[in-house]
Amino acid sequence: MNAQPDLLYSEAEDDLRAAVRSLLSDRGDTAAVLVRAEAGAPYDPELWKALAGDIGAAGLLVPEKLGGHGASHREAAVVLEELGRGVTPAPYLTSSVIATETLLALDTETVEVAELLAALAAGRRTAVLAVPLSASPYGPLPVDAPRVTGVADAAVADVLLVLKSDGLYAVDRASANVEAQTPLDLTRPLAAVTVGDTARATLLADTATAEQAVRRGLLAGAGLLASEQLGLAEWCLEETVRHTRERHQFNRPVGSFQALKHRMAQLWLEVVSARAAARNAADALATGSPEAPLAVAVAQAYSSRVAVHAAEECVQLHAGIGMTWEHPAHLYLKRAKADEVALGTPGRHKEALAELVGLQAP
Amino acid sequence: MTDAAELLTRTKELLAAHPPAGTDRTEFLKARFDAGLAWVHYPKGLGGLDAPRSLQAVVDAELTAAGAPENDPRRIGIGLGMAAPTILKYGSQELKQRFLRPLWVGEEVWCQLFSEPGAGSDLAALATRAVRDDEGTSHSSEAGSGGDWVINGQKVWTSSAHVARWAILIARTDPDLPKHRGITYFICDMTDPGVEVRPLRQITGEAEFNEVFLTDVRIPDAHRLGEVGEGWKVAQTTLMNERVSIGGSRIPREGGMIGPIARTWRERPELRTHDTHQRLLTLWVEAEVARLAGERLRQQLAAGQPGPEGSGMKLAFARLNQEISGLEVELLGEEGLLYGDWTMSRPELVDFTGRDAGYRYLRSKGNSIEGGTSEVLLNIVAERVLGLPSEPRNDKDVAWKDLTR
Ligand SMILES: Cc1cc2nc3c(=O)[nH]c(=O)nc-3n(C[C@H](O)[C@H](O)[C@H](O)COP(=O)(O)OP(=O)(O)OC[C@H]3O[C@@H](n4cnc5c(N)ncnc54)[C@H](O)[C@@H]3O)c2cc1C
Repeated sequence: MNAQPDLLYSEAEDDLRAAVRSLLSDRGDTAAVLVRAEAGAPYDPELWKALAGDIGAAGLLVPEKLGGHGASHREAAVVLEELGRGVTPAPYLTSSVIATETLLALDTETVEVAELLAALAAGRRTAVLAVPLSASPYGPLPVDAPRVTGVADAAVADVLLVLKSDGLYAVDRASANVEAQTPLDLTRPLAAVTVGDTARATLLADTATAEQAVRRGLLAGAGLLASEQLGLAEWCLEETVRHTRERHQFNRPVGSFQALKHRMAQLWLEVVSARAAARNAADALATGSPEAPLAVAVAQAYSSRVAVHAAEECVQLHAGIGMTWEHPAHLYLKRAKADEVALGTPGRHKEALAELVGLQAP
Repeated sequence: MTDAAELLTRTKELLAAHPPAGTDRTEFLKARFDAGLAWVHYPKGLGGLDAPRSLQAVVDAELTAAGAPENDPRRIGIGLGMAAPTILKYGSQELKQRFLRPLWVGEEVWCQLFSEPGAGSDLAALATRAVRDDEGTSHSSEAGSGGDWVINGQKVWTSSAHVARWAILIARTDPDLPKHRGITYFICDMTDPGVEVRPLRQITGEAEFNEVFLTDVRIPDAHRLGEVGEGWKVAQTTLMNERVSIGGSRIPREGGMIGPIARTWRERPELRTHDTHQRLLTLWVEAEVARLAGERLRQQLAAGQPGPEGSGMKLAFARLNQEISGLEVELLGEEGLLYGDWTMSRPELVDFTGRDAGYRYLRSKGNSIEGGTSEVLLNIVAERVLGLPSEPRNDKDVAWKDLTR
């Protein structure tokens, strides 16, 4: 029988959460995020330095002997919950999870791989996979693509990890052409990436290793995205409860109307369920369980919908004010909707699940 | 404090002294109770060892591995989940000694005489009267108690009343007070000549539940739980435990209602359509997530950090059971047009996931009604978990007798 997954938070995980939350609140609120996003530079470099370096969040997945903190996906998931709560623009999912996990699946004895991993783990550099944010762990990957669109966080990455027919390359962003696109989600910028010849690139792995590694990176990303979605949904629910308790119409708080109470209670149930699914995925990835693909597919198929539902309810129950540019609800709605497409839609994950559990299509 | 190692030793001693293969089922269960291994978190002498609740799993695993008989919780769920914790909290030492052992062993089945024709969700509006008879005390009453109580009224939807030896009962002792304040909690003897149990047939064709008519039923004062007029408070213990007991057991993947339909899907490719495939996968995911949420709740309880998730699990399972069984009938097509058996019977236990799809579809309709309707549970989550304000009320400060009915 399989060991039971640990679905709770450890004390160390609670401490990490407290540290990240306090950092995020020190570094400003969603209004600040919006101002920066409108200026075309949503990232806060000081925040990244503190998060990746001082708190050490960038090195959670990397073993100590490779320059990291030797923690696991469980801790990284907690960081993502907090980043989701704040819709914080930071290349954490893309660099510290997906790119890092990809590199960990390569031969880490290789000097180039080891050096890059150490730099990522310490927060000195960031790297992103040159694949669209919408790429799922199961679908086709852009190999030898002259131009890859929809690459998340490419504009702030120091290094692009590029799939070529002869393997995986590390390319300096400076030597590639990165054109910003206009994203639905202002807090996770997208770009079109054109990599010329590979003369100035470093080959990290051969073709077979590369594809497997990239899929492993995307799987970890998809699994931990569920935690970001959980944090996001949780914020939407809390904010909606707070608002509807305070907002009075008809001489009573609108939150006392049963039609709204039931919708919020329903959302609470979804958030509680999403937490169990997200913890299960994080734990399966952390322990290297053979059930990780199943746990990830379940978490993604479920949590994407919950985040979108929470953000949509947040707008509707705030009503007029929720529809304004000034109120943060739209940042959450846009992130939630983009996250639903990111790393495989719920439908793609369900298709994968159908194979995994033997519930084949007609 | 009792630790896992000690419990394991005690369990092994029990098994050695009463080898399951050669021991009568009831005798084994009694010995288990007396060894304190029935519910380890209960007090010593009452089937437990004052041990942490989480350690029950250690005992259960060892007993299951040894093939020891179970007390069949499905048959005695109301006793285990509702009557026992209430007796433990509010009963005198004599009552605990008298009732807990036969309850746990399953020699005495319990039922819950709460709901009435005029008091379902609004349970506190109940009308069954309890009047003290200072004249006489019945023969069965114990020493040191006041006079008997005389009960008159009607209860309804009472599961297992036809097999029950005892009941937990709430009745009105003061109609002049607002409804929550004039209620008192009793243990009722179902063999009293004034208790009449009539089967109430339900949409599945059978009668799990009953109407119970109470005419001059006598209850000794010693069988009162809690103070006179405090019955509503006592009932909260019962109802809270009803909901907590749901997260208690570990379910394997596909262990619930999703199991039968998943098997049908795998074995009967000719039934598959694209539409049912999409819906099945969505429900499969939701069922798996609900299972994980139940597992997380269990882990929280074991770690001594109970979350408010308990109230939510029943909501989730009610909806899932209904949607899954509904899809199953549809998937089966022509077969879904048939029903196993409409013969009126009075079952001793409910097999939620057993029998045919039609039965499951019909029985699961009760999941969002029994033990608090889904609407009422959503109110509870909204108010007690999320802290949302209650709706304006007009029934709180009015004497019960002046309420509209
Ligand atoms: C299978 C089964 C077994 C049962 N077993 C037992 C038993 O053993 N012992 C026992 O005592 N009872 C038992 N019951 C009774 C059960 O507890 C009640 O049926 C239940 O509490 C609902 O009460 P009601 O049927 O009077 O519905 P009502 O209270 O009349 O409700 C009617 C509708 O109004 C809604 N409603 C009511 N109040 C509110 C509100 N405040 N806000 C929003 N909506 C509201 C309800 O959700 C429902 O949809 C059983 C019921 C079933 C179906």
